Amino acid sequence: MTVRVLNKGLLTSIQDLGRYGLQKYGVIVSGAMDKYSLRVANILVGNKENEGALEITLLGTSLQFENDRVIAITGGDLFATIDGERVATWRPILVRKGSILQFKSPLKGCRAYVALAGGIAIPEVMGSKSTYLRAGIGGFNGRALQKDDVIESGVMNKFSTSLFNKLDKRNADFKWTVNYDALVNLQQTQTIRVIRGTEFNRFDEKSKRTFFNEPYTLTTQADRMGYRMEGPPLSLAEKFELLSEGVTHGTIQVPPNGQPIILMADRQTTGGYPKIGQIISADLPSLAQLQPTAKIHFKQISHEEAETELLKKEQIINEIKIGIRFKRL
Amino acid sequence: MNHFFTDAIIKPLGDSALIVQIGEGISPSIHQKVQALSVLVNNYPFDGFVESVPAFNNITIHYDPVVVYQTQMKNLVSNHFPLTPFQIVSSKVNELFQYIDETQNFAARLVEIPVLYGGEYGPDLDYVASYHKISAEEVIRIHTQCECLVYMIGFAPGFPFMGGMNEEIATPRRETPRLSITPGSVGIAGKQTGIYPLETPGGWQIIGRTPLDLFRPDLSPPTLLQAGDKIKFVQISPEEYNEYKERKQ
Repeated sequence: MTVRVLNKGLLTSIQDLGRYGLQKYGVIVSGAMDKYSLRVANILVGNKENEGALEITLLGTSLQFENDRVIAITGGDLFATIDGERVATWRPILVRKGSILQFKSPLKGCRAYVALAGGIAIPEVMGSKSTYLRAGIGGFNGRALQKDDVIESGVMNKFSTSLFNKLDKRNADFKWTVNYDALVNLQQTQTIRVIRGTEFNRFDEKSKRTFFNEPYTLTTQADRMGYRMEGPPLSLAEKFELLSEGVTHGTIQVPPNGQPIILMADRQTTGGYPKIGQIISADLPSLAQLQPTAKIHFKQISHEEAETELLKKEQIINEIKIGIRFKRL
Repeated sequence: MNHFFTDAIIKPLGDSALIVQIGEGISPSIHQKVQALSVLVNNYPFDGFVESVPAFNNITIHYDPVVVYQTQMKNLVSNHFPLTPFQIVSSKVNELFQYIDETQNFAARLVEIPVLYGGEYGPDLDYVASYHKISAEEVIRIHTQCECLVYMIGFAPGFPFMGGMNEEIATPRRETPRLSITPGSVGIAGKQTGIYPLETPGGWQIIGRTPLDLFRPDLSPPTLLQAGDKIKFVQISPEEYNEYKERKQ
C-alpha cells in the first residue's frame, strides 16, 4: 500500500503516454493531456518516461501516503500542500508516511501530475496504464479514482532508490527545480500555434481570416475528450459532405454551428467534421493547462516550423534529463 | 510509381500524422486499395511508424516525428541536407506503393451476427416498418438478406462503418437521439446499418440487438469486427439470444 485517496477531487485518473496501435479498431489513445509534464514528473523520480502517473484536474484531490515515498509533482500549479504546508513542485521530494497531499485551487494551469518513484503497480491493458474512462478499462479498474481507493506503487530501480536514500539522509528538500517555462505555458491567455487543417481552403474567406485574427474562448464544455470553443462562427464557402476519417490530438473540427472543437487526449479515432486547423504538437501540453473561460489566439505557422518547434521541445526535455542525471552524481 | 496508386495524394494531418488519399467516394474497389496499403505499411513499418487508421477512401498514418528525424540523423551521409520528418515519411509511403500487388485479392472474412429483432431489444423496428409501409417481418427479411462490407472502424471501439444495406429499409435518424443505447444494439441511420459496441447516446433507429460483444478488450484483436470483413445478420429467437449470453459467462 502506498497512497490512499481521501478526496477524489474533480477528476483524478491514472494516465501514461497513451495506448497506441489500436486506433484502427476504434480504441482511443487516451493518455496524459499534458505529456511534457507527465514525462518530466517520471524523469524526476527515475521512472521510465511513459510510466503511469496521477493526472489531477483543477482542485479537490487529497491523497494520504501510507509509506515514505519519493514523488514529483509537475504540470499546473494547483496549490499543492503537504500537511498544510506549500510543497515544492518540479523536483523530486520525499513524502513521509502518514502525510496528506492536497490540491487546493488552480493558481496557474489546469492539470497537475504526481509521479511515484517505482511507478504505479497496475496491469497494463492493451499495452498501457492509461484510463479509458468511457470503455471502463485501464488505469485503476477502468475508472477515475474515488475516495478510499488505494494505489500501490511499483518497485524502485537503482536510480530511484539512491534518490530516496539521499533525500532521507538530508531530511530536507533539494534546492533545485526544473525550469519548465520553455516547455509548458501555464498562462490563461495564450497564443497557440496552428497549421492549416486538411479542409482549411473549404472555409469562406472571412472565416479563414477570422480564425487567426479573433480570440476564441474555452467554454465549460472542455474535458479530456475535447475543448468546445466560443467565438466568431466559422462557415464553409459551400456545403460539402465529408466522410469520417482519421483525426488526431489537436485536430480542430468545425461542426455545423460554426464553433470550433479541439480534439484532446480522449478523442475518438475518426471524425467527420471539416478540419480548419491542427494545433502543433509542441503546444498541446500548454493547451491542456487552460481552464474554462481562458482565451486563445490561434497563430498560423508552417508545417515545417511546427516540426522544428517539436524537435526544439524534445531538446529541452533532453537537457532536463541530462541536468537531473548530473545533479544526482 | 505503381499505376495502382497514381491518384494517391499525401497530405499532412498536423506534424505527427499524414493522410494518404486514395480516391473519392465509397466503393469496394477503393476499399481494396486502402486495405492493400494498410497491410503493407503494417508489414513494413518505417522507423517512427506508430499506427495506421484506414477509412473509406484514405488511410491515416500516425508517426513520431522525433524518432523519424533522429533515425535520419543517425544515418545521414555528411554532405546530405536533412529532410523534414514529413518528407521522410512521405517518401517511405511512396516506396511502399511500388510493392503493391495488384493481383492480390483480400479474401474478406464472413462474420455472422445473430440478432434478436424487435420487442424491447429493437424498439424502433415497428417505426421502420411503418415508415416504409411494410411489415416488421419484411424489414427483418431485407436486413438479414444484405451482405454488408465493413469499410472502417471508428466512433467507438469495434463500431463498424458498413455499406451494402438494401436501401429499401433506409430510414432517417430519430429526431431526438436516445441518451443511452445498450451495447449490441443494431440500428439504421439513413442508408447505413451499424452496431453499438459501447453504451453511448445515439440517434439511430434501433431494430434489434446482438448477444455478441463487439469490443473484447482482453482479446487480440480487441474487436469482433475489422475493416474488410463481410457481415451477415441472422435472426435468432429470445431463447437463442439467452443461450448466447449464458455461453459467454
